Amino acid sequence: MMTWSYRPWVNRLGYRYGPVIVVALVIFALWYLASIALNANWAFDKAKRQGITLSPVELVQDTWSQDKPRLPVPHQVAQEIWKTTAQKKITSKRSLIFHSWVTMSSTMLGFVFGVGLGVGLAVLIVYFRVVDMSVMPWIIASQAIPILAIAPMIIVILNSVGISGLVPKAIISAYLSFFPVVVGMVKGLRSPDQIELDQMRTWNASSAHTFWKLRLPNSVPYLFASLKIAMAASLVGAIVGELPTGAVAGLGARLLAGSYYGQTIQIWSALIMAAILAAVLVNIIGVAQSITLKRMGFVS
Amino acid sequence: MTNSTAISARDICLTFQTNDGPVHALKDVSLDIAPGEFVSFIGPSGCGKTTFLRVIADLEKPTSGSITVNGQDPETARKSRAYGYVFQHAGLFPWRSIAQNIKLPLEIMGYSKEEQEERSQAVLKLVDLEGFGGKFPWQLSGGMQQRASIARALSFDADILLMDEPFGALDEIVRDHLNEQLLALWRRTQKTIGFVTHSIPEAVYLSTKIVVMSPRPGRITDVIDSTLPAERPLEIRDTPEFIALSHRVRQGLRGGHDDLEL
Repeated sequence: MMTWSYRPWVNRLGYRYGPVIVVALVIFALWYLASIALNANWAFDKAKRQGITLSPVELVQDTWSQDKPRLPVPHQVAQEIWKTTAQKKITSKRSLIFHSWVTMSSTMLGFVFGVGLGVGLAVLIVYFRVVDMSVMPWIIASQAIPILAIAPMIIVILNSVGISGLVPKAIISAYLSFFPVVVGMVKGLRSPDQIELDQMRTWNASSAHTFWKLRLPNSVPYLFASLKIAMAASLVGAIVGELPTGAVAGLGARLLAGSYYGQTIQIWSALIMAAILAAVLVNIIGVAQSITLKRMGFVS
Repeated sequence: MTNSTAISARDICLTFQTNDGPVHALKDVSLDIAPGEFVSFIGPSGCGKTTFLRVIADLEKPTSGSITVNGQDPETARKSRAYGYVFQHAGLFPWRSIAQNIKLPLEIMGYSKEEQEERSQAVLKLVDLEGFGGKFPWQLSGGMQQRASIARALSFDADILLMDEPFGALDEIVRDHLNEQLLALWRRTQKTIGFVTHSIPEAVYLSTKIVVMSPRPGRITDVIDSTLPAERPLEIRDTPEFIALSHRVRQGLRGGHDDLEL
């Protein structure tokens, strides 16, 4: 208790960020060690061909600076990201920002499709028992199919009817992102308790009134929780959508090109960029969530 | 039906079918409530007092028997907004301010914006919450929230006010205060009030008529017309008359309702 009253502000920061920092440091340490282990073979091969033996220090130096390592180390990835973001024009095909932008646009479009579809289905499921019974199993089944198997089909079919570019990718995103929204919104729209529904009944409220004035506002906390998952799923969908098409732009295209040419550093930098993008997008929803829920009085 | 009864129930039975067999929530309940009466329903859990209130409000349908509310069947009465209902929990929506919460039934009933404003102001005054309209529910104490919920039930000016243990979750001091205010409000508005409670002093203090109920099956065991004067300061609870009434209610609750010794 003493430590709490003593410099509580500093302690609380430490309490909050301390574990995160420790975990990050452990991950980096393991990453560097794993790089040595995974890249050592190539270093030994090179040394053998040159007829030299490597000291431990030389071995470590080599494993941390190969061109096409099996596992690039964090500072190599960081350098690559720096080169392809800050030091490239945004319009350049080699700019990661450009590729992130491409992926983000289909992520956002797919997110909007997915959320719209998800909310619409949830309303139908809550209000029509028939829809609940007939459609819900299909919704669950849809998520049991591996997206990697269905993505090329969607692209091919849409291409054959003349739809290409952003929309097919967005549809794959929507395919993944509508599901958490349906599940969350069904739960949210059903969240008012019996007393609240009885109350509306005593006022002879129509079902439209009950929907707009009770069920919908009540579902907002559930909606935001779903939106976060949906956004991350949408990003995965956009990247997956870029893989099978031989797309020339987008983080998925960078991943694919990287794997064709064994450019592991490029793959990892695209992966990290995707993670950053996901973190930013999910956090934007998180901020909107805390502002909205506070304003709506769900948290005081 | 004439206007001489606000609520008239004849041989109401209500049986719930459960997995453990039928539960007789109400059996042969008959009761007349005149306009302007303050009627308390008291009894142990499972005696059907809340169920009976819900039957009046058309939130439950009786299995048999007949009931009229304002001379109409309960559904018609509900649809013509014959009553305001106050639940045990204030049930205010957290995303609406107090005034907006009070306006909610008015919005649903299609009152104009001006009238919503006028009425919400008027009922806020009636429950002593003037100036709190802009606050949000979490900014108010439990007692104030419950007063806001009463204001909401009063806002559309129904003749009947049904209250299901509205002060059950509040501490005794707040409860005493709210009881006093409720009596004053009842005298001013001349509403017919149906009030469910667990508390003998609360029932005796508030009511012109006390309906004592018993469980398994839920039924009325005694109907006591209060002999207390209309004007009731809190101190009335120390008078012999009050104590005698309380005694009779207690006897009724024990099932000794033929012992009418006062």
